[in-house]
Amino acid sequence: MNVAAAARAGAAEASAAAPLVVEGLTTSIRIDRRWFDAVRDVSFAVQQRETLALVGESGCGKSLTALSVMGLLPAGVGRISAGRITVDGVDMTAASEASAQAMRGDRIGMIFQEPMTSLNPVLTVGFQIAESLIEHHGMSGRQARQRALELMELVRIPAAAQRIDAYAHQFSGGMRQRVMIAIALACAPKVLIADEPTTALDVTIQAQVLALLADLQQREGLAVLLITHNLGVVASVADRVIVMYGGDVVESADVDAFFARPTHPYSEALLAAMPRVDRSAAALAPIPGQVPTLPELPAGCRFQSRCPLRVDRCAERPPLMALAGSPGHSVRCWVRAP
Amino acid sequence: MSATTAATPTATPTAIAAPSAWKRATRSGGLMIGLVIAAVMVIIAIAAPWLAPYDPNEQNVLLKLEPPSADHWFGTDAFGRDVLSRVIYGARISLFVGAFATLAGVLVGTVIGVVSGYLGGMVDRIVTAATDVLLSFPQLIMGLILVAVLGANMFNLILAIAITAVPAFIRVARASTLAMKERDFVDACRALGFGGPRIMFLHVLPNIMDEVVVMGSLWFAAAIRTESTLAFIGLGVPPPTATWGGIIRDGFDNLLDASWLSIFPSLAILAIMIALNLIGDGLRDATDPRAPQ
Repeated sequence: MNVAAAARAGAAEASAAAPLVVEGLTTSIRIDRRWFDAVRDVSFAVQQRETLALVGESGCGKSLTALSVMGLLPAGVGRISAGRITVDGVDMTAASEASAQAMRGDRIGMIFQEPMTSLNPVLTVGFQIAESLIEHHGMSGRQARQRALELMELVRIPAAAQRIDAYAHQFSGGMRQRVMIAIALACAPKVLIADEPTTALDVTIQAQVLALLADLQQREGLAVLLITHNLGVVASVADRVIVMYGGDVVESADVDAFFARPTHPYSEALLAAMPRVDRSAAALAPIPGQVPTLPELPAGCRFQSRCPLRVDRCAERPPLMALAGSPGHSVRCWVRAP
Repeated sequence: MSATTAATPTATPTAIAAPSAWKRATRSGGLMIGLVIAAVMVIIAIAAPWLAPYDPNEQNVLLKLEPPSADHWFGTDAFGRDVLSRVIYGARISLFVGAFATLAGVLVGTVIGVVSGYLGGMVDRIVTAATDVLLSFPQLIMGLILVAVLGANMFNLILAIAITAVPAFIRVARASTLAMKERDFVDACRALGFGGPRIMFLHVLPNIMDEVVVMGSLWFAAAIRTESTLAFIGLGVPPPTATWGGIIRDGFDNLLDASWLSIFPSLAILAIMIALNLIGDGLRDATDPRAPQ
């Protein structure tokens, strides 16, 4: 534990000014009256203009991490049981619900997977963009509308002036996601959480939306936490990658190092399972088995039941994060980084 | 706004507008017929002093129980009062009581239902239990008890009928809110740091209004029916004020030899019932996404 604590302290020191700092986050969820750690001792920091990708398959804890950061864990079902989350200098875990609410939408924005359903069908998009400005910055309706128009132009919605009073169903998927981005950025947040922002879009629109996001990120100095299972998206926009499995961070690396030398067996398996144009589809290697449910998670390394490199020690004690070759590249594996 | 007007609409967005709910609604004849009948009724009620040929309460013992004639289209009652004039004035009471009772029931019931559904937990359990208890009384019995306890005057009548409507609207609004709460845009609102009241009344409420309005038009009919029934059994707006239920009651004693006394107000009730139900069905069809478009 001393190693982890030291690493955490180090991370905190290095990233004192980072807009988003997560230290030793453990989030528990309740299943049948028992609490299970669905996110375990996760630490990272996201700097201004940096994109950190949280990668993993469904149920690995990446979305739960995002909800913890937003302070939107469902009451009675999820709770933060340890750790600290600092957004723009404010400790979200110690904040009252009222001050957490004031942070959301103002200093921390979020965009969702489904642009089709994340907009209110009976309110105009202009109003929905303006709304958080009215709520958080006390703008008048007219000021907020003017700003909403600027934001629609900022996210490059064509003919913004004519579409400000249109409804969500009058927009295509890509345009709706642009509206969602405009809403999230309305109050000029320091941190943007993008939860599978392009999964529901087709590939060409994906590329446009990602390019727009990257551009806005540089312009506004955003720290972006990107949650995805799409390694193609990671390769194109992320600066750093954190791979999660069963609630644990199993690998953390710069994006180049990650794709050049994926070190954790789970990361290797993820990359091998990704279709690539330069390989035949038959060469896809699925990962055998499935993610164990929380009550079934084994002691020791949580990936052991599906791991090709398993040794006896994996079942005995959980591995710790350890450096793997280059600085900033660490892995949780007894075999690869003992 | 200046930017909007300054921009030349060269590239108008090519949104292919789906037929609006209004267009879909008016395409079916039922809703239109219902609206026309209801509109005529409302006009009659408002214009009663000019439309009614006689004072509805003017008695004339020489002309009692006259059958329909050119002078008295709907005949006269046992006091020699003109039945047509009484039916016209009766529309005022029935529509007024029905409208305000429904409106009050919709307002109170919908607010409670939305809050209960959105907050969940203990509040929701208490509200649901109370609603179930209230709904277990038949509407008429409940109205009857309330009027009997409160006393029969117009305000108490509206209050009593509104109270019978509240649990039904709680139930509809709560169920719709529960469905709405699972929608992504509500999560998005929470991620934007919006508080409960804003989410409930600005985001959820407009999305459930279609169901509430459909329910409202059907309950409007039920409220008029309850008002008439209470008047018929003598618990309505006290005489001599003309109400449809009251006129039927007055005519009931002479039903065999002067059936027009009861028939004409009954027809008036029937017409408004049919109209409101046609409106309710038409609105439901128009707002139901599963309906063929």
